[in-house]
Amino acid sequence: MKMNGAQMVCEALVAEGVKTVFGYPGGAIMNVYDAIYKQDGFEHILNRHEQASVHAADGYARANGEVGVAMVTSGPGFTNAVTGLATAYMDSIPLVVISGQVPQMLLGTDGFQEIDAIGISRPCTKHNYLVRDIADLPRILKEAFHIARTGRPGPVLVDIPKDITAEIGEFVYPDSVELPSYMDVPKVEAVDINAAVEAILVAKKPLLYIGGGAVLSNASDAIRKLAEITQIPAVETLMALGVMGADNPLRLGMLGMHGSYASNMAMSETDLIISLGARFDDRVTGKLSEFAKYAKVIHVDIDPANISKLVAVDYPIVGDVTEAVEMMIPALEGKVNGEQYADWREVLARYEALYPQSFEDSDEVIKPQWVIERLGETLGEQAIITSDVGQHQMWAAQHFPFDRPRQWINSGGLGTMGFGLPAAMGAKKAFPNKTVINVTGDGSILMNVQELVTASEYKIPVINVILNNHFLGMVRQWQTFFYEERYAETDLTFQPNFKALAEACHGIGYDVTTKEEFDAALKDAIEQDKVAFINIQVARFENVLPMVPANAALNSMMLPKIANPDKGEK
Amino acid sequence: MTKVRRVISIVVENESSVLSRVAGLFSGRGYNIGTLTVAPMPNSQRSRITIATQGDERTIAQITKQLNKLIPVYEVVEHNEMVEKEMVLVKFPLTESLADIEVLCEAYNGTIVNVGVDMCIGMVADEPCRVKHFIEASNRFSPIEIVRGGVVAIER
Ligand SMILES: Cc1ncc(C[n+]2csc(CCOP(=O)(O)OP(=O)(O)O)c2C)c(N)n1
Repeated sequence: MKMNGAQMVCEALVAEGVKTVFGYPGGAIMNVYDAIYKQDGFEHILNRHEQASVHAADGYARANGEVGVAMVTSGPGFTNAVTGLATAYMDSIPLVVISGQVPQMLLGTDGFQEIDAIGISRPCTKHNYLVRDIADLPRILKEAFHIARTGRPGPVLVDIPKDITAEIGEFVYPDSVELPSYMDVPKVEAVDINAAVEAILVAKKPLLYIGGGAVLSNASDAIRKLAEITQIPAVETLMALGVMGADNPLRLGMLGMHGSYASNMAMSETDLIISLGARFDDRVTGKLSEFAKYAKVIHVDIDPANISKLVAVDYPIVGDVTEAVEMMIPALEGKVNGEQYADWREVLARYEALYPQSFEDSDEVIKPQWVIERLGETLGEQAIITSDVGQHQMWAAQHFPFDRPRQWINSGGLGTMGFGLPAAMGAKKAFPNKTVINVTGDGSILMNVQELVTASEYKIPVINVILNNHFLGMVRQWQTFFYEERYAETDLTFQPNFKALAEACHGIGYDVTTKEEFDAALKDAIEQDKVAFINIQVARFENVLPMVPANAALNSMMLPKIANPDKGEK
Repeated sequence: MTKVRRVISIVVENESSVLSRVAGLFSGRGYNIGTLTVAPMPNSQRSRITIATQGDERTIAQITKQLNKLIPVYEVVEHNEMVEKEMVLVKFPLTESLADIEVLCEAYNGTIVNVGVDMCIGMVADEPCRVKHFIEASNRFSPIEIVRGGVVAIER
């Protein structure tokens, strides 16, 4: 069928099953917006900042596993989107971002709102395209979706000059892609599985080390089964929370810089790491030369470049985590019994008892950890929790009982403040019937706070729980520990009236200073079904513990005071 | 870990942005580029990029794996058993002895490729260490300009 490039974009999105596009118009992308006006195949959400459009598409993708789509104009529209691309890239989130570009005759002339989008986005996309010929457009769009969602997922940028979106061409959307230079999913080799299984059978202290790849691969069921039949204990990274389920007796918790005592000790003492879609990030390993010194390493990863990148791997398995784990299960079933690693579990149980994930509650002031636990008790399994970046993020990760993967949405790799609110909106679009809570700080929420307006306009009632410590808390914590309490530029005592700010944007606001007020506010916010700010005054100087100082060994943690020394003995 | 020198050939789709993808990968991840040579492959839509690099074994392994992830990259060859050549052009003033310069070039399997009014140009194509020695020896003849190309390699 003959149509212009702009219509092709819309047709391709519909053919890919896209329901929601987040975006912001401007000169170079106007042809596409004109085509959007004339169609009803998908909904468009007008965010109030391009960064938020990409984060919203990202939150959508993280919540339901589909490819998120955002659309921006050239120049500043595109550069505003870069943080969103980088955030998705670091966490391997499938996105297709479409940007307008100046007409081809102006390319390279420093034209109005011209910027080299391909050059800028190259290091923060899985792939990118500058469309030079209308005849290539359908193929490129097809490839963009394919590349975004297959293999190790990631964001793909399609940069389209304005003359191409105006030009008429023949539209036939390809059924399949031909990309001989692209390996989407490498097949798991049975010999690799067998070698790994042998290693598991002789190990005395094996440990499942679960990463974000397990979420991306929807491997939760398989991994829970593997843990159950082998009775091997498990630790999760920040990106994997929910894979094992909070109540799973084999789960030791999160590991890493703010991981649980038992998790970090387990990693330090294990003799066999079974890494499932994790990538040995520095926030997980601590000092590399001290990391898991006694362990052999099985590493399952869809990206061969992750294997032996930081830690030498003894048993590499390249491929999809679900596939690999499903091959391990029958090979192990019947060969291991619950007793095999009982001594090891016993040691770990003692560590758990010694320093459980706990905090000292208070009657005078609300402790931020209390808020998270309360959210967990009140909402539990049915909620989706997003977060920004800082102490609140770590407390949410430590204290919320995540029961299923994709329930926890945060920017782990890039650590992008301003991610939480737009990501929550994306998640709410994906699951309108779930309660979506953004756990945020008084610093982070102001980055992308304009999205309150978007959320109100489109009736996307997400609830922002602001753990207000009047500080850039996480930076303040480092200043306390490592900079002799010189609080350089982290004091946020001067702040907006958050309640009034929410109301000014047609939402609802609550100021909370007591536990009772929090319960009442949360209940009311859920009933009101409006975008909400629950602004909670929390203990100002609370620190996130345990903490492994940057580049210290994982087992040299700063710990909370309230250990249970007697429980550790036995 | 000790550093090794390695020559890597990369077969890529012949498109405008591919060189920046490869070069950007090296600069962005802190890998070293010693020399870089690129030309289209005859009778195909592909180009061949040859890079001489240095790094410890883990870095070299990473380079190969990361290159393989680039979408327009078809093939990455880390050369072991290879024939490797590099080219150099040297411009000498004719105040020096043309005959001596010619003898020097021939000693390195090269020739004089151009003689002008007051200068001549010698050319050598040989293994990188031989080219290096040739350049050192050329210094005796007050070279005006030395232009050295990157490595090309073919597996034996
Ligand atoms: C865009 C961006 N800028 C700066 C930082 C560095 N940073 C990390 S945590 C943090 C403080 C966050 O403060 P707040 O949102 O109030 O959360 P809190 O730590 O107090 O819970 C900062 C500035 C970042 N992660 N992202």
